[in-house]
Amino acid sequence: MAFDPRPEAAVPAGAPGGALPTAPEGVSASDRGPWYLAYKRFVRNRVAVAFLGLFILIIVFVLAAPVWATHVAHTGPNETHTLEKLHVGGEIREVVTPEGKPIGPQLFGAGGKFFLGADSRLGRDEMVRLMYGGRTSLFIGIVSGLITTIAAVILGLLAGYYKGWVDAIIARTLDVLWSLPVLLFGIALGVSLAVGGLKIGPLELSGGSIWVPILVISIFTVPYVARPIRGEVLALGQKEFVEAAIAQGAGSGRVMFGEILPNLASTIIVFFALNIANNMLFEAALSFLGAGVQPPNSSWGTMISIGEELLTTQPLLAIIPGVMILLTVLSLNIVGDGLRDALDPRAKVRLEAHAGMVEKEGTAV
Amino acid sequence: MSPAPLLSVRDLRVGFATEGGLLQAVDGINFDVRPGEVLAIVGESGSGKSVTAQTIMGLTRSKNARIEGSVMLDGVELVEAPDAELRRLRGDRIGMVFQDPMTSFNPVYRLSKQIGEAMAAHRDDLSKQDMHARAVELFEAVGIPDAARRVDDYPHEFSGGMRQRAMIAMALALEPELLIADEPTTALDVTIQAQILELLGQLNRDRQLATILITHDLGVVAEVADRVLVMYAGRVVEEGSLDEIFYDPQHPYTWGLLGSLTRLDRPRPKRLPQISGTPPSLLDLPTGCSFRPRCPHEFAKCTELPALEERTAESPRHCDRCWLSSEQKREKRQVGGQIGLEAPA
Amino acid sequence: MARFIVRRLVGMVFVLFVVSLIVFLIFNVIPNSPPAQRLAGKNATPVLVKSIEEEWGFDDSLPQQYLTMMKKVFTGELIQYSPRVPVDERIVEGIPATLSLSIGAAIIWLFFGLVLGYYSALRAGGKLDKFLTGLSIAGISIPVFLLAPVLIYFLAEKLKIFPNGFYVPLTEDPWEWFTHLVLPWFTVAILSIGFYSRVLRSNMLDVMNEDYVRTARAKGLSERQVMLRHVLRNSLIPIITLFGLDFGATVAGTAIITETLFNIEGVGLYAAESIAKLELPPIMGVTLYGAFFVVFINALVDIAYAYLDPRVRLGTSAQ
Repeated sequence: MAFDPRPEAAVPAGAPGGALPTAPEGVSASDRGPWYLAYKRFVRNRVAVAFLGLFILIIVFVLAAPVWATHVAHTGPNETHTLEKLHVGGEIREVVTPEGKPIGPQLFGAGGKFFLGADSRLGRDEMVRLMYGGRTSLFIGIVSGLITTIAAVILGLLAGYYKGWVDAIIARTLDVLWSLPVLLFGIALGVSLAVGGLKIGPLELSGGSIWVPILVISIFTVPYVARPIRGEVLALGQKEFVEAAIAQGAGSGRVMFGEILPNLASTIIVFFALNIANNMLFEAALSFLGAGVQPPNSSWGTMISIGEELLTTQPLLAIIPGVMILLTVLSLNIVGDGLRDALDPRAKVRLEAHAGMVEKEGTAV
Repeated sequence: MSPAPLLSVRDLRVGFATEGGLLQAVDGINFDVRPGEVLAIVGESGSGKSVTAQTIMGLTRSKNARIEGSVMLDGVELVEAPDAELRRLRGDRIGMVFQDPMTSFNPVYRLSKQIGEAMAAHRDDLSKQDMHARAVELFEAVGIPDAARRVDDYPHEFSGGMRQRAMIAMALALEPELLIADEPTTALDVTIQAQILELLGQLNRDRQLATILITHDLGVVAEVADRVLVMYAGRVVEEGSLDEIFYDPQHPYTWGLLGSLTRLDRPRPKRLPQISGTPPSLLDLPTGCSFRPRCPHEFAKCTELPALEERTAESPRHCDRCWLSSEQKREKRQVGGQIGLEAPA
Repeated sequence: MARFIVRRLVGMVFVLFVVSLIVFLIFNVIPNSPPAQRLAGKNATPVLVKSIEEEWGFDDSLPQQYLTMMKKVFTGELIQYSPRVPVDERIVEGIPATLSLSIGAAIIWLFFGLVLGYYSALRAGGKLDKFLTGLSIAGISIPVFLLAPVLIYFLAEKLKIFPNGFYVPLTEDPWEWFTHLVLPWFTVAILSIGFYSRVLRSNMLDVMNEDYVRTARAKGLSERQVMLRHVLRNSLIPIITLFGLDFGATVAGTAIITETLFNIEGVGLYAAESIAKLELPPIMGVTLYGAFFVVFINALVDIAYAYLDPRVRLGTSAQ
């Protein structure tokens, strides 16, 4: 699978991600509140903490792009150096050979220039592009993740709370969108917008804007988050505290945002992390095919597509941005999983319960 | 009771390794069941009664389980028996009926197939037609109307009571000598409960089935049982005939169970008495008598575990685990003119 | 069962209609530049744009435009403009390659996913279990466009174990067909094997706690019979739905990327080339046909589901 936008499909709960058994919780900790407990549980999950660290490193790496570009590489992400020569150690080498082969990784051989070599026959600095491309990829992933999550929460709340025809319309629409081949429709909308741009009232996007892929990704990933949230809202609507609030005369806005929304917090946090990961894979797929980020902007996806043409001579050009995507997505998935284990330990207990077979109605477990 | 016991359980202990330590679900119990006899095992959730039943069948065996003691079926030791041998007994010589008929059938197979499967597991000589005919016969025997047609239904097309009848039919498929019914009526409506109990009683008489009836409801016991075992926290606290348990109960826990029973032959109490407190965690049992923390009659000696022995002169096979003297018991179990456990001070 | 199928097929027709409306919206209605300009492509002459405008009736009302579009798509009049070739001709040409890729990959991931999932459920917590957990997390995190270059570079370029891409029709040379497809198959499948095995494993662990499994044991069935007839059988039912979605997504999605990476001349590569040229009519055709295929597969899967689960078939469970 290139990407699988179903966050609930991520990894079935109960994956031994290194979390310790949650059973014997210290009594003293229990009066510190659920968020503190969740924090303690998350911190104990060493794998998740390590990958959170990796994710932060990646953020720092892409944020440092301008610093590297001005002070080390002395070039921008879109500056071409096709005909230039480079002093490496004592010798002089071409950035791009007459046959069109770009120079390989120099590390600090040329004082940091072309640290990872040049990207193509255009002779752009791969390292600088990697850092700037990462900014685009992460920006698109995070912003579309935010939009998706907010839209999904609103739709899920409306459908799950009002039920009836509101739910019928929202849920059926989400079902149809959910069953569509997302990548195909993402491509269709992406290409259509890339050719013609978009103008709705005051909102005007040119075809090359990075807001085009953001919009495309946000629209098509909403159902994957909204459907489970709707389910949870439906379940919460049956709970006594919601019925009590309604009985006390609380308005629907109060109930939805004051009573139900706080109870969705842990689900939303987990889905947000997993959704960013999925959106980044989605963006990479679109950009790889040319239906996402348009030149001169670049992202890790477009870099793979450029590098792939030189796979036989310079395989790293395709592999390095791919590895960056892998590391980012992997860290988000593992952090998301760790968050789920920390916020909802029952999901884990349920699966492991069969190990000690005790009377079904037993109070001992 | 003259015939030799079909099933003898001696000092059976079942423990499970859990995250919190060894959980001793059943801690040394003894009983016999004879053909044509109904033995009721009564207790609250977690008392070890279901684990006992499932252990007889070998269903509790797992990496985490420690099973000790002896279970003899007709002279054959089951605790030490290899899995394959136990498997041959299950469904053939021992039939089992479970609590929830809604979930105890596989929803994706027709009932005839599920019953046929039980037969095919033990007999190679039965053809499909034979098995189908036998299933219809069994459905008729347990009183399912229109048996020939309904035998090919799916479980969800049956009502709860009918499904439990089908479950009993399946347990009887190969004419077992021992029937274990684990809370067979708990999930059913009261009127249906009575019908199912009547069916079990009738089968027990007609087929000389040895029956073990597991329940938390003494009302169910009163309808069909011959002997009663009262379990608490993995141990038997009282054992006796039906009359002994109902009219001369010795253990305060039994008094509590009797006191909380709704009785139609007595004036209705203002509030249905309950035994206060909750059963102890099996991982952290109190020393001595396990019922001590909930017992209003606790005294110094209770920190020592009383043995299960005959403590009444008049009825020799009536045993209990309580340090109180017979006179004290007779006096203390009277609450408001009937048997019960008084509320703690 | 017949009633269920009819109901499901009516639902399918409705979804097909909605899908075609969405495609219509995406290509013809999104406000900004004139739709004829989009369809003509980046370097179109004003004459071409003019003729497209008339051909597609972009001056007509929207419902009329919708009908024109649908008529064009389904009568083979949808044409790519540089060079002028009917889109459905190109799509039909690519179908054998795309299906060879998708079906082969699906068989591999189902087979290995289910076998590994089954054995890891029997030994929950064991080594295989831990390995599959890792594989499934990797599976949802590794992009195809990373895995494929790595495999191509090492297995095809360096070690020369497999040919590097391209498609040989099955009818031409079955052996070559097979060897050329092994790498693409595993590229698509490996990512799903871990996931499917984990799903089956967790389904099985849930089903093992069901009362009817205890009943099956109490009947004296052997452990193997209990596992296969009761635990596995019931655990597979939810996998059917999952498989339908993933197979659809592979044919109408992942295949585009995989075919591009391996130069397999299927529908996906056709779509990818059109995307690179920002040429809309082929994308419109591929999107519509692809979506219709997915909707159709999903309907089939639901019918299979109903066949396997009588509660759904007989309409007694909340559907």
